[in-house]
Amino acid sequence: MVRFEHVSKTYAGGHKAVDDLNLEIERGEFVCFIGPSGCGKTTTMKMINRLHEPTAGTISVNGKDIMQFDPVELRRSIGYVIQQIGLFPHMTIAQNVELVPKLLGWDAARRKSRVDELMPMVGLDPEEYRDRYPKELSGGQQQRIGVIRALAAEPELILMDEPFGALDPITRESLQDELKRLQAKLKKTIVFVTHDMDEALKLADRIVIMKDGKVHQVATPDELLRHPKDEFVAQFVGRDRLAAAPELLSVSEVMIRRPVTVDPDHGLAEAVVTMKKRRVNSLLVTDENDRLLGLVTANELKNVQRGTVASVMRTSFPVTTPDARLQEAFEQMFLAHLEFLPVVDTDGILVGLVTSTTMVDALSRALWTDGEAS
Amino acid sequence: MNEILQVLKDPQTQAMLRTQVVQHLVLSLTSVLLATLVAVPAGIWLTRHERLASPVLTVVSLVQTLPSIALLAFMIPFMGIGSAPAITALFLYALLPILRNTYTGIQGVDPAARESARGMGMTDRQMLFMVELPLAFRVIMSGIRVSTVMIIGWATLAAFVGAGGLGDMVLMGFSMVSTGHIIAGGVPVTLMALLADYGLGRLERAATPAGLRVSEGGH
Repeated sequence: MVRFEHVSKTYAGGHKAVDDLNLEIERGEFVCFIGPSGCGKTTTMKMINRLHEPTAGTISVNGKDIMQFDPVELRRSIGYVIQQIGLFPHMTIAQNVELVPKLLGWDAARRKSRVDELMPMVGLDPEEYRDRYPKELSGGQQQRIGVIRALAAEPELILMDEPFGALDPITRESLQDELKRLQAKLKKTIVFVTHDMDEALKLADRIVIMKDGKVHQVATPDELLRHPKDEFVAQFVGRDRLAAAPELLSVSEVMIRRPVTVDPDHGLAEAVVTMKKRRVNSLLVTDENDRLLGLVTANELKNVQRGTVASVMRTSFPVTTPDARLQEAFEQMFLAHLEFLPVVDTDGILVGLVTSTTMVDALSRALWTDGEAS
Repeated sequence: MNEILQVLKDPQTQAMLRTQVVQHLVLSLTSVLLATLVAVPAGIWLTRHERLASPVLTVVSLVQTLPSIALLAFMIPFMGIGSAPAITALFLYALLPILRNTYTGIQGVDPAARESARGMGMTDRQMLFMVELPLAFRVIMSGIRVSTVMIIGWATLAAFVGAGGLGDMVLMGFSMVSTGHIIAGGVPVTLMALLADYGLGRLERAATPAGLRVSEGGH
């Protein structure tokens, strides 16, 4: 859909904003450009619709060199959304949305039906909002209009320059969700510039990390989290986030470090009291060196009146190690219908405990709140 | 008071006043109209040639600082007497507010609107007529309004180069030492200026796109 071949952009002062960039963007792909400020991501995007022109190399859209297009026609065929939204304050919402169709000469009836079709896609009732002015809308509503305005003339390709960067976090999230939903439905090719890694990881099919005008790494969000190319990428992606990728979590990161234990020579009555006091339904039996010897559960104790813990404890049960992947531990628990797994090191010393509750907590933290937690 | 009434009662003076009011209006409005026709395109042109903006505006401001009597007198050797030198001088004075407001009005258009206009594929012409001029309209209009009010006042001086207008009545009052004539000439000038200010203000509001009015009205 879009192909960069040895594209460079050198400014008059000799500053090289983009340096020998090669990239191919597939049809229907959602690509995020991300990188530190000044890395050339915005320049790269703006070269696609010739708001900036490359000083070397070729960019082609649908196989045709963009320099062969009339820039005005090229831009009309490509959707464009900017951070500052840029709705025209003197035009109504409908007039804003239908602007490119109007420039393209669509008749009034066709334009109106297009507006009425687009507005509900972002949850705005045409009857209510069509004749309002941008100032009467909230920032989030305005950018929703900004997005459908870019879709109005049914472009295959849409460029978005940090479109949600100026919105508050809650509005930003809901617009990201809506965009993702729209993209899934409409299958547009989207080139999206952002400086927000959470946003890129959430939206992109592929992330292009840029540095000093060059493509530094191109990868799917998953690959990027698993295999950051080097320290720069790792730092950019963020250590917290790398650790928070749920499939990368290890048991030691989520386990309870001081599980409730009991000595093997304790009496059963005492064990029951401990369980009640600590509100647990099982106890791990360890010796004075914290070596794990066995396990007793409340159910087993119910029917036994006398004796020591050692006499009733189970000695055969699954355990896991601190280095194990959380995912493996989860499968182990799931298959054995267990609610918990003791964690022992290579010397058989008890170091912790994972329960289904701690796992769910850890997974949900990693999946849904990584941004806020870091 | 009596003196004024007496002046006004005289049918000859009344006829004179009527002619002078018309002359005055024609002088002022022609100058402002011509100035608008020149200054608005020139202001737009300056926004496209940023480097020239500052020198051009400086030169035009210099004209503004010349004493009006001096400028009028200066016109005589070149253009003789009558309405031509008067309109030329008034035209030069009317330029600055309109030129400056057109320039700053268009400069002041939100860069985001301009960028999205370009990114959506507007031609330069479309951008000017669909975005920049509508958004700068209010500022340009207020420049025209300032010029009009100012020129209506200054047109009184046109009488010095024989262009007629209410200045004639005032001059007559001077030579006859008649306060009645001075007031009969001066008051209509003030009224005309106030009326023009009010009328153009109304026009400005009526022609401002509704979307730009929303913010002030509160809703």
